[in-house]
Amino acid sequence: MNLSYLLDPSHWDFSDGSIPTLIVSHLWYVLLSLVIGTAIALPIGLWIGHTGRGSFLAINAGNAGRSLPTLGLLMLMVTLLGLGLTPVLIALTVLVIPPVLTSAYAGIRNLDHRVVDAAKGVGMRPWQVLTKVELPMALPVLMSGFRSAALQVVATATVAAAVGLNGLGRLLIDGLAVNDYSRVLAGAIVVAVLAVLLDLVLAQVQRWIVSPGLSKR
Amino acid sequence: MITFDDVVKVYPGGSTAVDHLSLELPTGRTTVFVGPSGCGKTTSLRMINRMISPTSGRILIDGKDVAGQDEAVLRRGIGYVIQHAGLFPHRTVLDNVATVPMLLGKTRREARAAALELLDRVGLAAEFAGRYPAQLSGGQQQRVGVARALAADPPVMLMDEPFSAVDPVVREGLHREFLRLQKDLGKTIAMVTHDIDEAIKLGDVVAIFRQGGVLAQVGTPQELLTQPADEFVAEFVGRDRGLRSLSFESAAGLPVRPVAEAPEVLLDDAGRPQDAATFTQEDSLRLVTDLTITSPTGIAVRVGPDGKADGIVSHHDIADHIARIKGQK
Ligand SMILES: Nc1ncnc2c1ncn2[C@@H]1O[C@H](COP(=O)(O)OP(=O)(O)O)[C@@H](O)[C@H]1O
Ligand SMILES: [Mg+2]
Repeated sequence: MNLSYLLDPSHWDFSDGSIPTLIVSHLWYVLLSLVIGTAIALPIGLWIGHTGRGSFLAINAGNAGRSLPTLGLLMLMVTLLGLGLTPVLIALTVLVIPPVLTSAYAGIRNLDHRVVDAAKGVGMRPWQVLTKVELPMALPVLMSGFRSAALQVVATATVAAAVGLNGLGRLLIDGLAVNDYSRVLAGAIVVAVLAVLLDLVLAQVQRWIVSPGLSKR
Repeated sequence: MITFDDVVKVYPGGSTAVDHLSLELPTGRTTVFVGPSGCGKTTSLRMINRMISPTSGRILIDGKDVAGQDEAVLRRGIGYVIQHAGLFPHRTVLDNVATVPMLLGKTRREARAAALELLDRVGLAAEFAGRYPAQLSGGQQQRVGVARALAADPPVMLMDEPFSAVDPVVREGLHREFLRLQKDLGKTIAMVTHDIDEAIKLGDVVAIFRQGGVLAQVGTPQELLTQPADEFVAEFVGRDRGLRSLSFESAAGLPVRPVAEAPEVLLDDAGRPQDAATFTQEDSLRLVTDLTITSPTGIAVRVGPDGKADGIVSHHDIADHIARIKGQK
C-alpha cells in the first residue's frame, strides 16, 4: 500500500485541488442532494403513510430508484442539460429519494394505530396528529432511512468528477488517468473515512431529536 | 345527558354494527355498555365523539347534535380513555396528561401544573411525571390514561375497556379508585366492557347489547339481575346472578345468633374477634355470603361500630334468610 499521496503535507493545504478543498466540494454536493431529496421525498412519504393512499408508489419508488445506475443517469442528464452542477444533483437526488420516501412511509404506516387513534380522540387536528404524534414516533425509522441515503450519496458523489466537477472523485479519476495509484488510494480512504464520520454525526443528531421514550424500556 | 336517537351504523362491508339504538345516558352517572364481543359497543361509544359517524340517526349531548360540531373541538370537551391507554410513547407522563389543556390553548406551564395535580388525583406519585409510558406498568399507564382524559375537566368521559388489559388484582384497585373519583367528580360517563361483573360493579345504568348491535335491555344493575327481560339477558348476567343480586341486599336485616354459640370464635379482652371474618350492618349480603363460604369455620362475625363482636352467622343462616326474602317478594 502506497500512502505517499495521502500523507504528503502539500496535499493538505487549501490550494486548488488539495484534499481539504475536494472534501468541501464533495460535502457540498452531498448536502445539496440530501436537502433537495429529503424536501421532495419526506412530504410525499409522510402523506402516503398518513393517508394510506398510493402505497404502491412508496414501495415501487423504492425499488425502481435503487436499481437506476447513477453513472448512466448522470450521463443522460449531461446529454440533456449540458455540463454543470444540475445534472450531478439530479443523479444524486435520485439516490436520496427512495430510502427517505420508503422510510417515511414505513415509519408512519407501522405506528401503533391505537396511539394515533388516541391522538385523534383527544382532539388533535390532522396536522397536529402528523406533526405532534406520527412524525416524532416515526423518527427512528426515518433517521435510519436518511442515514443510509447519506452513506450512499457520500460514496456516489465521486461521479461528479466524471463530468468535470470537483469532489473526492477527482482523486480517483485523475489518479487513474496518470496511473497514480497512491492518489486513487488516497481518494478511496478519504471517502470511506468521511462516510464513517458523517454517520457518527448523524447518529448523534438522532440521539438528540428522538425522544428517549421511544428507546427506553 | 347523552341521547342516542334511533342510531344505525352499517359498515361498508354491509354488516350492521348498531341497529336502531335509542338510549339515554343520564348526566353525572356511569352508563356501561356490555355484551359479547362484536355486538357494537365500541362502535356506539365512538359515535359519541364522532370517531365514527352513524349511518342514520342522531346523537345529542345535552340536546346538541354532535354532528353539527367541529370534530376537534367536540373531542377536546370529551375525555377519551381506551384499552392499553394509547399513551404517546415519545412524551413524558406529565406531557401526556397536559395534552388536552395545551390543545385548548393553555401555556405549557399552566398545562403542566394542572397535569401534576391530576397525577395526584389518580394516585400516581409526582416522581412518575418525568417518566415515559414504556417505563410504567400496565396499571400505571391506565391511570395516566384516565388522568389525560380528565385533564381539561370535561363533563363527559368515554371509556373503552379501560381496565381490561391489566391483571385482576390491579383491576380491583383501579375499580375502587374509579368509584372514588366518580363519586367526587360526577362525570357523565359512557363505558364499554365485555365483563358483566365489571358492568354491575361500576355502572349506575347498564345497557346490555346482543349480537347484531341490538340493545337487549337497559336498567340499573339490580333490575337486570332481578328482572332480566329475556333468556339472552338472563343467560348473559349469568347463572349465579342470584348471588350477584345479593350485592344489593343489605346485611342489616340478617338475623344473627349469640357469639357464645360459636366457641371457635376467639375474642380479645375488649370483646373484639380475632382472626375471624367480620362484617357490619352496612355491608351487603353478598359480602357476608362470601365470608361464610371462604372462612374455614363457615362462620362470619358481625361487629358493631366499636369493633366488638355482637353476633354470628353461618351459611345455613344466610340460606334461610335468603329463602325468606325470596318468599316475601
Ligand atoms: N371499521 C370496521 N369496518 C367494518 N366492520 C367493522 C369495523 N369496526 C367494527 N366492525 C364490525 O362491527 C361489529 C361491531 O364491532 P364493535 O363495535 O367493535 O364491537 P364490540 O366493541 O362490541 O366488540 C363487529 O361485527 C365488527 O366486526
Ligand atoms: Mg370493543
